[in-house]
Amino acid sequence: MPAFLLRRLLATIPVLIVVALIVFTMLQLSPGDPAAAIVGDSGNSEDIARVRAQLGLDQPWPVQFANWSGRLLQGDMGNSLFIKKTVAELISQRIGPTLSLAAVTLTLTLLVAIPLGVLAAWRHGGWLDRALMSMSALGFSVPAFVVAYLLIWLFALHLKWLPVQGYVELSKGVLPWLRNLILPAFTLSTVYIALIARVTRASVAEALTEDYIRTARSKGISEVRVLARHALRNAAIPIATVVGIGVALLISGVVVTETVFAIPGLGQLTVDAVLSRDFPVIQGITLFFSVIYVMVNLLVDLSYLALDPRIRY
Amino acid sequence: MSGSVFQSRKLVGLIAAGLLAVSGTAALAQDKVLRVAPQADLRILDPVWTTAIITRNHAFMIYDTLFGMDANGKILPQMVDTWKTSPDGMVWDFKLRPGLAFHDKTPVTSADVVASIKRWGSRDTLGQLMMGAMTKMEAIDASNFRLTFKQPFGMVLDAFAKSSPPFIMPERIAKTSGDQQITENIGSGPFMFKQDEYRPGNRVVYVKNKDYVSRAEPPQGTAGGKPVPVDRVEWIVLKDAQTQANALTNGEIDMIERMPPEQYSALKANPNVEIISQVPQGSVMLVLNHLVPPFDNPKIARAATLAISQEALLRAQMVNNDLFKTCPSFYPCGTAYASTVRTAGFTGKPQFAAAKKLLQEAGYDGKPVVLLHPTDHPTLNKYPPVMAALLTQAGFKVEVQSMDWQTLVARRAKKDPSDKGGWNIFMTSFFMADTINPLVFTPMSGVGEKGWFGWPTNPKIETLKAEFLATLDEGKRKELAAQMQEEALATGMLAPLGEYKPLVAVAKGVTGVVPSPNTVMWNIDKK
Repeated sequence: MPAFLLRRLLATIPVLIVVALIVFTMLQLSPGDPAAAIVGDSGNSEDIARVRAQLGLDQPWPVQFANWSGRLLQGDMGNSLFIKKTVAELISQRIGPTLSLAAVTLTLTLLVAIPLGVLAAWRHGGWLDRALMSMSALGFSVPAFVVAYLLIWLFALHLKWLPVQGYVELSKGVLPWLRNLILPAFTLSTVYIALIARVTRASVAEALTEDYIRTARSKGISEVRVLARHALRNAAIPIATVVGIGVALLISGVVVTETVFAIPGLGQLTVDAVLSRDFPVIQGITLFFSVIYVMVNLLVDLSYLALDPRIRY
Repeated sequence: MSGSVFQSRKLVGLIAAGLLAVSGTAALAQDKVLRVAPQADLRILDPVWTTAIITRNHAFMIYDTLFGMDANGKILPQMVDTWKTSPDGMVWDFKLRPGLAFHDKTPVTSADVVASIKRWGSRDTLGQLMMGAMTKMEAIDASNFRLTFKQPFGMVLDAFAKSSPPFIMPERIAKTSGDQQITENIGSGPFMFKQDEYRPGNRVVYVKNKDYVSRAEPPQGTAGGKPVPVDRVEWIVLKDAQTQANALTNGEIDMIERMPPEQYSALKANPNVEIISQVPQGSVMLVLNHLVPPFDNPKIARAATLAISQEALLRAQMVNNDLFKTCPSFYPCGTAYASTVRTAGFTGKPQFAAAKKLLQEAGYDGKPVVLLHPTDHPTLNKYPPVMAALLTQAGFKVEVQSMDWQTLVARRAKKDPSDKGGWNIFMTSFFMADTINPLVFTPMSGVGEKGWFGWPTNPKIETLKAEFLATLDEGKRKELAAQMQEEALATGMLAPLGEYKPLVAVAKGVTGVVPSPNTVMWNIDKK
């Protein structure tokens, strides 16, 4: 097990190097110039050239990459070209809202999707199954921003129950925090509920055909225990895998949702950085997301140990 | 025993901390807070380092200026109490108002003013001209300062009152090089910046400067009194236009600084929302690249400007008639230098036959002109397709290239031919204050590659500008401004596409929005 962990952690290093190289190269190839954005509308070509030189953007790419990666090796992700803050400061300032949104979304997803999937598998082929799977198809098909605007119209503008936008820190109370996260979390979870419910249904339906289920039922165990203890537990590995994939999808999902609901998280920071060509911030966030993605995959692999005692690393 | 004493002390401490927290919250709850969705995110705080409009708006919140301008462009004193000019116009003496103080409680002195003017003059275009014409700038005493010129310079007050004026900072901050961003945000304006609550991309907070000594006159644009009836102003950054409208409708914000045109009909019909005008107008311009073919030929450039139909372009972009008006002048219609007559035949209405004739005379080779289309820019993205259709009708071949605004901003700085990554045409907009006279209107430049994008070379324009710069005679200035307009339009330097109305949407009960050439937020109250 420790050898496995060490192997996996070491394997992240080449992944991060490749990610860093690709991101840096793509940014250099992309059109746009942060210096032009900085000088503003009244600046001229000379002003842009002056700012480019001040920011070191006039240097050849290999020099810029060497400078950036050299600082990165010392734990310095650099400074934003626009805001007088380090990339690390910006990420730490913005991670709270994104983690909150991700946590509420995942909780909501698991609480809804797994019972729905198990129910659909239990009544496989019946009206409940068909209804749940139709809803799941709808969840896949409707874009997040459409769901967002519909929810805002109903719960914020029409019923006046919830706010349209914004984020309240958890330190200011659980209820205000949750109140601002309900609509964005519902919006984000639509796709994940659809995805995880489908996988749960398929896995549990397969497990329900196994001999040990027939044996459990013949022993007189209640149907709830059969589903929860025997079927769901044996179907857990594909579900855990898809939850892990869901976290990766969540990272891209927060970009749209945070913009519509004006949540000051990493998604919005990414959009702002891309639109203004704030290269160090884009590079820093991409690397940060890559580390998170690698870690989530590692956690999913480790969860297999708990879910299936036969697995050994 | 000691444990229980410790426990009870801890409990008392916790209760006290709780009460403090509650009382703090109560104080905040009593504050009158004006919540505004600004036109953009505030990321750069130094008004000398960038010319971004949002940074300028921030500067008007926290800094004071020597002079200001009312909504019609009239220059009025602000920090300056009295001033006089020598008979030959070479020496200018200014006296500051008494009682002016920075947010850190230190008094504003002439030394602060001189340092602030120097820093601004190192970067600002008009400021550089002024510094070049000056022999000496000195602080006579704490409240008097003097400018001495080596040649007549008639634009002193205009420079101090323009849209990007010298914002007065403490001397220690103003001594920062103009090439470096300042790190402290201390001014003497009516609002104080809350650095600890600043969250770029999310929220910018200002509190009322209770020590601000307001002028006795009523608020007049960026001049006059600057009373602040609220305790705090919070800029809540909402990038999505629909979210801005929803937040205003739901009472989560009090004001949208730049109402998105597509929300106009819905917000106008909302009984809880009022739509008002603060900045009277803004202008849209067609910019042509004179460095590369075909617009290096003035006849072809002129032909492109004759294809313009302001009515068609503005209707496509602004949708509603209430939100635009045609105006063939570079300077805002209704202001001192505007002329709708001296336009060298440019009317803002299409003259396709004349354009085709010019193209034929110039021998246009039919090579497509590259028109940049910023698809993500909510107030500029509908002009290019209409302009492309108009140019096609006039006999041009047009290639519309779609991109985001930041790509366009970088692309327009490229001087290469259009088929090698350059460009031929783009459109952009200006706030009223940026077109109020020919010297603050950046594109009115004939210095070629050293000038603004488009880089026309026109010595006559530069001669007229130099004369304008030197004179204090208002009649002569109007004549020179008209001559510059005629010359620019006759040679197709650039052309006006008309005026838009940058409207503000406020919740019912919000009052006191001051008509102004720039966005300003003093005097605004809410019920």
